[in-house]
Amino acid sequence: MSESNSEMLRRDPRQAWIARNRLHPRHLEVLAELGTGGGQEAASEWLGPNGLIRRNPRTVGFIGPHGVKRIDRSGVQQGRVVAGAQASPAACKPLVEIEAPAFLVAVVPDMAGGRLTSHDRDLLGLARQLADADPDSRGAVLAVVFGGHKENGVGDAGIDRVLHFDDEAFAGFSPEARLGALAAVEQAWTPRHWLLPDSPLGGADLGRRLAARLGERPATGVWQLEADAGSPLGWCCTARGAANSLDIRRPLPRLALILAECAEPVSETRHAARLLALPEALPPQLARLEDLGQVAVDPAGVALSEAEFILSAGNGVRDWEGFHHAAEVLRATEGASRVAVDDGHMARDRQVGATGTWVSARVYVAVGISGAIQHLQGIQRCDKVVAINMDPGCDMIKRADLAVIGDSARVLEALVALVEQSREEKRHAA
Amino acid sequence: MRPETQVAPSLAVTVLVSVGRHPLTGRGRQADQDARGVELARSIPQAEVSLLHAGPLGDASETALRGYLGMGFESLLLLEQPDGADVLPALAERLEAAAPQLVITGERAEQGEGSGLLPYLLAERLGWPLVSGLAAVEEVAEGVATLLLALPRGQRRRLRVRLPVIVTVNAAAPSPRQSAYGPARRGQLVLEEAQVVHDEELAKWQVQPARKRPKRLKIIKAASARDRFKAAAAKAEGGRGQVLTDVTPEQGAEAILRLLREEGVLRR
Repeated sequence: MSESNSEMLRRDPRQAWIARNRLHPRHLEVLAELGTGGGQEAASEWLGPNGLIRRNPRTVGFIGPHGVKRIDRSGVQQGRVVAGAQASPAACKPLVEIEAPAFLVAVVPDMAGGRLTSHDRDLLGLARQLADADPDSRGAVLAVVFGGHKENGVGDAGIDRVLHFDDEAFAGFSPEARLGALAAVEQAWTPRHWLLPDSPLGGADLGRRLAARLGERPATGVWQLEADAGSPLGWCCTARGAANSLDIRRPLPRLALILAECAEPVSETRHAARLLALPEALPPQLARLEDLGQVAVDPAGVALSEAEFILSAGNGVRDWEGFHHAAEVLRATEGASRVAVDDGHMARDRQVGATGTWVSARVYVAVGISGAIQHLQGIQRCDKVVAINMDPGCDMIKRADLAVIGDSARVLEALVALVEQSREEKRHAA
Repeated sequence: MRPETQVAPSLAVTVLVSVGRHPLTGRGRQADQDARGVELARSIPQAEVSLLHAGPLGDASETALRGYLGMGFESLLLLEQPDGADVLPALAERLEAAAPQLVITGERAEQGEGSGLLPYLLAERLGWPLVSGLAAVEEVAEGVATLLLALPRGQRRRLRVRLPVIVTVNAAAPSPRQSAYGPARRGQLVLEEAQVVHDEELAKWQVQPARKRPKRLKIIKAASARDRFKAAAAKAEGGRGQVLTDVTPEQGAEAILRLLREEGVLRR
C-alpha cells in the first residue's frame, strides 16, 4: 500500500495556485521548490494540478549585458548555466581506459620546452587512429617522454601509457642516451608501430637513429595514412620524397617519421595516461658525443620569426635607452609594433604583426603595446605572452598570460635590476 | 683558386656529394646542402678534402658534379652505380677502405627517396658516431673535434667528439662559394667500379609528383548554434590570464621573472 502511495504523484493545490499567482509574496519561493533542479533559479516549467505542463514565460531567458532580456533557444538554457558548464570542459569528456591493449603504438613526442607541440598533438591524433582502427582489439598509445615536462593535459592529448625518463642523462642534448632508452622499450614491449615527428626539434634525428639501430626501413615525411588490407601492417602511407617534390605511396613500415598536420589532434576523449616503468634498468650508455652546452648567440642576429624570446616595444615606450638595455640584459630579441617602427624608434625588419613578421616565440613580452588586431595576428603562435601596460582595458591584456599594469619603464628597470642581482649572486656562489 | 699544397696534411676529410635538383626547373645541379658541406670542409685548416659520389654518370649528373669540382678540386671519385641502386654498400666499402677521419654530407638528398637515412646507416655500419645539423667545425686537435651544432630558433650547441665521425650539414652551415667554370672543366671525374645492390623495395612503390597538401580546416566542435556563432565571431583571446593591477614595479617584475624562469628562456 505504502509502496503504491510513494509512486503516486502528490500535488499540493495551494502550492500550484501560488505558482500561478505571480503577485503572491511566496511566488518565487514556491517556483524554486517546484523546479526540478531545486536551485535558486525560478522554475520555468512544472507539472500542474491536472497533469498539464505549466510554463512561466517570465522566468525564461536572462538579462543580457545591456539590460535587455535575451532568450537563448539553442537548447543551452540561460547564461549562468552555460558559464557553469564551461568551467570544466575537460571533466565532461568521456574517459577511455584500455586495460589489456592488443598492441602498442609507441610515440616519441618532441616536448619542446617541456610541452606538447602542435606537431606532437597531431602525431598523437594519428597514433589514436592506428590504435582504435579495430574496435575489437584496440591498441594503446605509449608516449615515451624524455626529461622533465610541464604538460598537465597528457591524457587529453590521447595518451594511454606514459614512459617517463626523468633522468639527468636525458636532459638537454642526449641522442645516444635516448636511443638506448628507445632500444630498451623495443626489447621490453616490441610496439607494433613507432611514430616520431619529422621535425628539426629532435624527432627527425632520433627517429633516423632508431631506424638504423632497429634495422627497419622507415617512411620519412609521411603526411597521409590510409587503411590498406594488402599491406603487412594494414596501412598504406603517402610520404614526401626528393626535397618535397615527390609523393611516395608505400605500405606503412613499423617506424614512420610524420610531418605536421597529418591528423586532427584528439579532442573528444580523455585517456588514462597511466605511468609505465621498464621491467629492467637501462644498461649504462657509452656517450661518444660530449655536450659542452649551449652557446650564447647574439639575440639581435636571430631572425625575428624564429626567435625564442622576444621583447617587443610599442607606442607606450618612452624610455628607449632603458628598453634596449633591458633587451640586452634579458638576452631577448627585440621586436616592435607598427607605431614604434613608423615613429622611427625601431628598424622596419623588427616589426611584428600582419604587415611585419609572424613570430613564433615561446615567450613574448609586449611593452606598451595595446594590441591592435594586426599585431595580435602576428603573435598568434606564441606560447606565453606577457604584457606590461598602463591601460588595463586594452586587447593585449586580454591575450596575455600575465599582465602587469603600470609604468613600463619602471617595471623594466626593476626587472633588469632583479636579473642582474640574481646573476651577481650566482657568480659569487660559483 | 687552386688549393695550396699543405706542408703536413693531418686530417683526411671526405665529402659525400650528390646530384641535386633545382626546385623550379627540376634540372640537375649541385645539391645545396652538399655544396655547403664542401664549403665547410674547405674552412677546416689542414684538411685534405676529397669528394666522393656514388651514382650513374650521365650528361645531367656530370654537369652537376663538375659544379663541385669548380669549388677548387682537381678530381672527384665516382663509384658508378645504375639508376635505382642502393648506394650504401658501395659507399661503406669505399669509406672503410679509405678510412677518412671526417665524413661530411648533406642532411637529405634532393632526388630519389630523399629520406636522409644514408648518413645514419653509414654510421651504424661503420660504428662511427654521427652528428647531424652542423653549423661549423671549430677545432680539430689530437683526434678530437669540437663542433658547433645548429639548433632550431637560431641557437647553437657545442659538442666534442672523437674522430672518426660522420657529420651532416643543413641550411645553417656557411653558404657555398661560387663554382668557377675553368676548374670545373679541367677537373677529373675518376671512375671506379663498385658492387651494385639493387633497391628492390623502392621499385615497388608508387611515385608521383607531389600533390599540394590540403589546408587544415578550422573545425569548430560546438553543441549549439550559439557556441558556433561565438567561435566564429570571437576575437583572438588567450583567455584567463593573470592580471596584476595596483602592484609596485618590483612586484610586477618579480612575477615576470618567475614566468621567464619557468619557461627557461632566461640564460645566465
